[in-house]
Amino acid sequence: MSTLVQGKPLRVAFGETIAALGNNDERIVVLDGDTGSSTRTDIFENAHPERFFQMGIAEQNMLGMAAGMATVGLIPIVSTFACFIVSRAHDPIRVLIAQPKLNVKLMAGYAGLLAGMTGKTHLIFDDVAIMRSMANMTVVAPADEVETRKALPAIIAHEGPVYFRLTRETSPILFDDDYRFELGKVVTVREGSDVTVFSTGTQTPRAYEAAMILADVGIDVHLVHVPTIKPLDVDAVVAAARKTGRVVTTEEHTIVGGLGGAIAEVLGERAPMPVHRHGLQDVFGESGPNAALVEKYGISPEATAAAIRDLVG
Amino acid sequence: MTQTDQRFDRAELEDVARRGRIHILRAVAHAKGGHVGGPYSAMDMLTALYFRIMNIRPDEPDWPERDRFVLSKGHSAIAIYTVLAMRGYFPEDELLTFDAINSRLQGHPDMTITPGIDMSSGSLGLGFSAALGIALGARAKQAGFRTYVMLGDGECNEGIVWEGAHVAARYGLDNLTAIIDHNKLQQFGWRGATAAERITPYSGSQLADRWKAFGWHVLETDGHDMAQVIDTLEGAKAVRGAPVAVVAHTVKGKGVSFMEGDFTWHARVPTEEEFAQAMRELGESEGGRP
Repeated sequence: MSTLVQGKPLRVAFGETIAALGNNDERIVVLDGDTGSSTRTDIFENAHPERFFQMGIAEQNMLGMAAGMATVGLIPIVSTFACFIVSRAHDPIRVLIAQPKLNVKLMAGYAGLLAGMTGKTHLIFDDVAIMRSMANMTVVAPADEVETRKALPAIIAHEGPVYFRLTRETSPILFDDDYRFELGKVVTVREGSDVTVFSTGTQTPRAYEAAMILADVGIDVHLVHVPTIKPLDVDAVVAAARKTGRVVTTEEHTIVGGLGGAIAEVLGERAPMPVHRHGLQDVFGESGPNAALVEKYGISPEATAAAIRDLVG
Repeated sequence: MTQTDQRFDRAELEDVARRGRIHILRAVAHAKGGHVGGPYSAMDMLTALYFRIMNIRPDEPDWPERDRFVLSKGHSAIAIYTVLAMRGYFPEDELLTFDAINSRLQGHPDMTITPGIDMSSGSLGLGFSAALGIALGARAKQAGFRTYVMLGDGECNEGIVWEGAHVAARYGLDNLTAIIDHNKLQQFGWRGATAAERITPYSGSQLADRWKAFGWHVLETDGHDMAQVIDTLEGAKAVRGAPVAVVAHTVKGKGVSFMEGDFTWHARVPTEEEFAQAMRELGESEGGRP
């Protein structure tokens, strides 16, 4: 059924893009938590060895040192697996980076479900909920390879801390090369009239395919991609929700406190209406091939389409 | 007192530290909260740093080439505020706003609001890592300033300290001096023979040995002997190829007889009588509360 072509893994797009950005900006330094061969900061290391700093397997200290480096005018890009940034190094992020609004970029690789064969420790899908509840933090989850490349320059240009959610694997390419990323803005992927679907990150290509499935059975989905979960594009969210009066959120993340939580909070205050949250349930992950995990945890295009159809009735 | 190049002699520095202890107790008494023991053990070294050792411009707190200082033992905030005020970063009167609502002098240092605070701190161990980042960043930018960071000995319980100690030695961060305020007590600590007697977090040469084992160049000093403190901190500047750890042997509550070595003065508000006696011992003739 899939109508989308697979792109490069987001980690490769990330590694290539920061290496290129490093050519034009001497302030960019990369701090790696001994995962550069996985997260692909090795591409930056090869291009700019003098600005690549191996921090070893010591994530708290890595985030702390990044904060210090930011105070002297550098732009530290901190890279390791999302679970170690968000959970293990939460305290230095909160105290040293977020509260003082220091210009540190948190590049969280292997977020979500697509790091199969690792299991409950490494699969992290409460990261958006945790990071968006932290004051001063900007939270961005790109949909595909193209958006990853387009978002990074904007994130580097933004003055302040940003959490950028990356995945290990490929994601179908949704956007074309003309796509323009704007920090803090939503993107209307498909105009429709029956139900408004908000999605983020690598769930958006699946939501798009779900919309195609539903179009075949006469359900017209208005699909809005929300790459910047914080700060949320509140007015656009309200307008898109009012367009159909029926809302589904879908994400490769727990339904507790992530995109679904953010949308429900806004609509509860600004335009009360039922909001159906689709995504990962309130559970931990497990090992398995990615495709099997997507299937079992109910976020495939087919499962997403079914969830939307159930709401529309 | 705001000129950068003014040289303070030993007697002047000792008097600054004495008056600083008076400011600290007044601020804590006024706020009815705060720490005393740790600020007192650190006071002589902070005075040496800000009045003699560091290259700073109090009238230009954000001067890019200034030496940096991070108080990683952030709960001793009133000590750094006192030294900053006495050095001219902000009025000494402001010290009485410590811990008050809307004050620039928060319970733990906040770099976004207080002139002269180079890094926020308060969660133990974090300031140390941040200081290492400042030093590594300085090297990356080929900047010539030096970074100082002060940790407590109890703070060395934190795992992040040893994560950072390992990484700093790997990068040979010889543009950094870490001072460990080894006052032999932590907030509560391990029980000794009685409940009132607490065991030092690190005994004998344990602390120095650990920093050495992590590849640091270790110096030791009496943290209350002003001449020795100055010599040690000056000597640290000449070390090449490794970061320097200065293990400073100090007394918690130093300067007031009944506070010295008593862990309960980690954070405690003095009674009227205690306040008056402390003021007398510190040579404050007026003796009254602010």
